[in-house]
Amino acid sequence: MTSIFDYSGLLLQGLGVTIVVTVLGAALTLIVAFAAGLSGLSRHRWLRWPSSIFVEFFRGSGLLVQMFWFFYALPFLGIQLAPLVAGVLALGLNEGAYAAEVVRGTIRSRAKGQTEAAIALGMTPALRMRRILIPQSIPAMLPAFGNVMVDLLKNTSLVSLVTVSDLTWRAFTARTITGQTVELFLTILVLYYLLSLLIGWLIRYLERRFALDRKSLAKARPIKAMIGRVSS
Amino acid sequence: MSPHTDTLHTLNAKEPRRDIEISFSNVSKSWGSNQVLRGLDFEVKAGEKVSIIGPSGSGKTTILRILMTLETPDVGVVTVGGDILWDAREGVKSKETKQTQITRRKVGMVFQQFNLFPHMTVLENVVEAPIHVLGISKQEANERAVDLLELVGLKEHMKHTPPELSGGQQQRVAIARALAMRPRVMLFDEPTSALDPELIGEVLGVIRRLATTTDMTMLMVTHEMRFAQEISDRVVMFDKGVVVEQGPPEQIFKNPKEERTERFLKAVTSY
Amino acid sequence: MIIWDSEFAISIIPTLLKGLWLTLQITFIGFFISLAVGLLVAIVRYLKIPVISPIFTFWVSFVRGTPLLVQAYVAFYVLPLMGVTFDALPTGIVVIGLNYSAYTAEVYRAGIEQLPKGQWEAATALSLPRWRTWMRIVVPQAVRPIIPVLGNYLIMMFKDSAILSSITIIELLGSALSIGSGYYRYLEPITIIGLMYLAISFPCSLLIKRLERRFVPTH
Repeated sequence: MTSIFDYSGLLLQGLGVTIVVTVLGAALTLIVAFAAGLSGLSRHRWLRWPSSIFVEFFRGSGLLVQMFWFFYALPFLGIQLAPLVAGVLALGLNEGAYAAEVVRGTIRSRAKGQTEAAIALGMTPALRMRRILIPQSIPAMLPAFGNVMVDLLKNTSLVSLVTVSDLTWRAFTARTITGQTVELFLTILVLYYLLSLLIGWLIRYLERRFALDRKSLAKARPIKAMIGRVSS
Repeated sequence: MSPHTDTLHTLNAKEPRRDIEISFSNVSKSWGSNQVLRGLDFEVKAGEKVSIIGPSGSGKTTILRILMTLETPDVGVVTVGGDILWDAREGVKSKETKQTQITRRKVGMVFQQFNLFPHMTVLENVVEAPIHVLGISKQEANERAVDLLELVGLKEHMKHTPPELSGGQQQRVAIARALAMRPRVMLFDEPTSALDPELIGEVLGVIRRLATTTDMTMLMVTHEMRFAQEISDRVVMFDKGVVVEQGPPEQIFKNPKEERTERFLKAVTSY
Repeated sequence: MIIWDSEFAISIIPTLLKGLWLTLQITFIGFFISLAVGLLVAIVRYLKIPVISPIFTFWVSFVRGTPLLVQAYVAFYVLPLMGVTFDALPTGIVVIGLNYSAYTAEVYRAGIEQLPKGQWEAATALSLPRWRTWMRIVVPQAVRPIIPVLGNYLIMMFKDSAILSSITIIELLGSALSIGSGYYRYLEPITIIGLMYLAISFPCSLLIKRLERRFVPTH
């Protein structure tokens, strides 16, 4: 197993790159998810249709194809993207399209009564979305987002195919040098598995935190004007 | 004067009231092939307390929902306080306009399912709309909210969240929340139908207080016949999209003129 | 300078279609494997056999938590070292089939668990024998709602099959890349296959949505 430790430095570097790609991809995914998801809920057709087209296009054409397109085909249109950028872009847009459906579906399925109560109080659609629908929907979105994020993590391995030196790439290239195929691949399998477990724990932590938070947030917010009246 | 009476008096109208507070002119509404309202002409005077009774599917809830702009009438004109809410005179389906949004503020509604915001505390539920829709300062909104919560008997629960409250408590918060907007018209859509029997009384108590001590116009759809009889100025019997009969409670409940009314009352109170 | 070479694009379509055909074969055979193996895994887990069931449970979690690409590398590069040599294509099909069987096993499990307990209780009250309960009561009801979910996995496998191009299988993506590197023009091949993947998965996903509405009616 000595060669594993020889190359552990390189593997760690690869792990670092994988984590960076995951985090950047996750950030882009969230942005895209809310942009496309909320647009999909809009009353305006000029927002809904582009959102649908975007979602169906990026879900239907396949992540790896998209990644290769950004890296190999885009240069022919004059745009040269760095491998990392191409990879993160494809990941963010693709997973974002899936996550957009989570956003749209969760908010839509909020009990109709919530929207009606907000209408009855005279709230504009924007206010309703911002203050009532989205805050309520976040706890419900978390489990599905968790799945998307684990998917994202696994799919970061594909950036190795567009020359990003992530964990998979390091193992693949180290293998050709050392021939320690079994150890290398087993190691990275375990590393990916641990990372996916980590994401799962993170999501469960967030679920707990957001579920309790309603009560703890309420207690934490000081209503100064209240104190005088309450004690009278 | 008790502090409660103070609060209640703030709910009374400040500007001079027109005689007719709510008017429906020739309002029709269909859902697909089902015509829910047929050329309805209906008026409510300022300060009147009206109960609407009738079988389910009769369209009575639709009247409230159109007033609260949750539904659009296909045909007809609806006004509140003299201002137009919906205008579909030429039979062209009306769209929600700026005028609709402004007029809507005169109306408040209490729902059968309460519909409190579960991610906010009781206090936050009540101050949310005054702050964000009316632009009232946080301090004033909080003061107003505490007074109203005290009125409905829930001041101690101010920092609790809706899931921690019973149905009756939630509905009382919902009433306070609607009142915080100081509407001229209060709508109640079967406010106690989703409550366990022992919790109905506390909610009816609050509604009774509002009916007897304020000059707000109140429109209530309910199955609580005795309550309707007690607090209403007028009772309207509604069926299949039309007004079957209307009049003072004694007339409707003791001496109904129409056979349909009689049949309905018999079926509802026979157990 | 012309950006899109239509002549070139048209000329490569036959080759790409051959790749597509291979992709479809991989997808269908792989999916069949995943249905069969997944069912086996689900049954073993359900029967709660000591030692074996927990291993299967861990296996499901591990396969779902690690990338298909790395699993494909393991099958392609590690197995020969252990004396197991197969051609790339069967290896790839088995890898993707086993990968997805971890997902189908979960689908089967969910399908059984979703059945209201009352159904089991009614069967007991009527003294129905176990096998009859399964065949006539449980399976017919459990299968209907999971069909759309399985359908979604089929579509996912269709797109994931592209990953197998990394272990020298010349399916649709593989064909496009080999054309690209051969002619030094990547724009047309990759764009065309992107549209091909879309042209197949989008209508299929609409079909699945239709099935969903039929099998899982929501009020």
